Amino acid sequence: MNTFMLRLTMILLVAFTGQLAYAGGSIKGTIKFEGRGPKPRAIRMGADPVCASQHAEPAYSQAVVINANATLKNVLVSIESGLTGKSFPVPEEPVVLIQQGCLYDPHVWGVRAGQEVEIRNSDPTLHNIHSLSKVNSPFNFAMPKIVKLKKHTFKKAEDVFKIKCDVHPWMSTYVGVFDHPFFAVSNDTGSFELADVPAGTYTVRAWHESKRLPAQTMTITVSDGETATADFTFKGPKPKSK
Amino acid sequence: MALSRPSQRPLQAYNRPLHQFAIFTGAATLALIFIGGLVTSTGSGLAVPDWPTTYGRFMFAFPLADMVGGILYEHGHRLIASLVGLLVVVLALWLWRSEQRPWVRSLGWVALGAVVLQGTLGGVTVLLLLPTPVSVLHATLAQTFFLMVIALAYATSREFVTPDDSASLPAGMPVLRRWITLTTAVIFLQLILGAVMRHTGSGLAFLDFPLTGGRLVPALAAPAVTALNEQRAALQMSSVTVGQLAINVAHRLGALAVTLTLVVTAVKTWRLGGLPRGLNAMAGTLLALLGAQIALGAATVLSLKQPFVTTAHVATGAALLGLSFLFTLRVYRYCPPWPARETPTALAPIAANLQGRAA
Repeated sequence: MNTFMLRLTMILLVAFTGQLAYAGGSIKGTIKFEGRGPKPRAIRMGADPVCASQHAEPAYSQAVVINANATLKNVLVSIESGLTGKSFPVPEEPVVLIQQGCLYDPHVWGVRAGQEVEIRNSDPTLHNIHSLSKVNSPFNFAMPKIVKLKKHTFKKAEDVFKIKCDVHPWMSTYVGVFDHPFFAVSNDTGSFELADVPAGTYTVRAWHESKRLPAQTMTITVSDGETATADFTFKGPKPKSK
Repeated sequence: MALSRPSQRPLQAYNRPLHQFAIFTGAATLALIFIGGLVTSTGSGLAVPDWPTTYGRFMFAFPLADMVGGILYEHGHRLIASLVGLLVVVLALWLWRSEQRPWVRSLGWVALGAVVLQGTLGGVTVLLLLPTPVSVLHATLAQTFFLMVIALAYATSREFVTPDDSASLPAGMPVLRRWITLTTAVIFLQLILGAVMRHTGSGLAFLDFPLTGGRLVPALAAPAVTALNEQRAALQMSSVTVGQLAINVAHRLGALAVTLTLVVTAVKTWRLGGLPRGLNAMAGTLLALLGAQIALGAATVLSLKQPFVTTAHVATGAALLGLSFLFTLRVYRYCPPWPARETPTALAPIAANLQGRAA
């Protein structure tokens, strides 16, 4: 009997955890770009010779990156509404922000409220980390060459804001702080995925740092075990007629 | 009808090295204002996050090799500010040791207190991440301190200590005194407005000049602001509020007020004959500076706040204020609004002795 009960429990546990793994669906999409994008702009790093020496080839601005397949990189996609009443555990592993070659990596990112952020300095020069957050307390701290790691936690959810280095004016990164895990940044092919989204109807938002490309929203319904599609199209100026 | 010059016997001998040192301190202060302006113009105010240390080091031990990017401006500003602070310490002590006039000695100590307060405000604004009121106060105190040093330089000048009272003054001198006082006050207010504009990010609220938003009389109603912000978004510029637009308009109107008062002052100066030497030339220099300042203001807008152009606008504004203030002091010296005080009988022998030494 005891063995039977144990087996039954095991079977139920496996079935339950399996059900958990397959609960909800996902949202996948692509950020298309139409129109004329800006020409890639090489960053002039002459203000700090150490920065310039880090790049054998010119480093280009990450402000508007249009992929080879006419999609847009660095768009932060997230669920804006529809999650009321749901709570999600905060990951224990930190998000990593690296200063390398006097650039931030990643250029656009998201983090959970309460999740630790590791800020690393891989450069043989000094930086300051200046957060322009408004809901969370803004901060500005030094990272001399000898300080390779700083940790910070944004405690409250906040719309995307800028973090910059005032020593190297071209250095900026954008972060959104979320109270849920459903956010992603479009990649080199312009695609993104929000995984394990509970079934329901949501407003999904796509944000880009360019003021010429205002944020867009879309209503998406997610069903258990299915993938919903959310394709966004950002439009730049019309191409010049030849 | 001519006014008689006030008979003011000196209680102080002219001290040439002291006077020259005060002038040097004033020049260093103007340079400091330029460097300080450069810090704001280049957005480097927070490039050094700590204070009074620099990246954890004693300020004067920070390696020159690490003065890169924004640190060059911010740390450079701190170093030159320290130099000016040192100059003022020397000036205050020198005045304390050699100056007979209590008010001049006191002004030396006030200037020293002001420079200490100014340094502290600079540190506080960095530590608090550049709050607008503190940054505006820092900018305003910079100009005020500059005026204090100019006052000290003039108070120690030969003209102030031993004025030429052999000739009579023109009857229109009191009118000129009122106009130059008004001009200096208007310039000072305009510089405060400029500081408010810079530290509220209102400098490029309108992107054109001399028109404002394509109009002679700017539109500040909600539809106009919305249309303006749409244009700004197309140019990748952040949106502006009605408040920022109003501040920008106020600064432009301030420029108009400065122009009017200064032109009237210059015309009145040139119409009066028999003024103390150099006042006519000073009026001309003021007008030339005004022309340069308006051109730099236009260039600041049209170049979208190119840092060096913007900073030249700040520094020229300070120079204009300083020269106008000096003009004012000179007019007051020759034509004070209060009755001239006779040298107290008990001090007369000392005064005569000092006058003899000065001669």
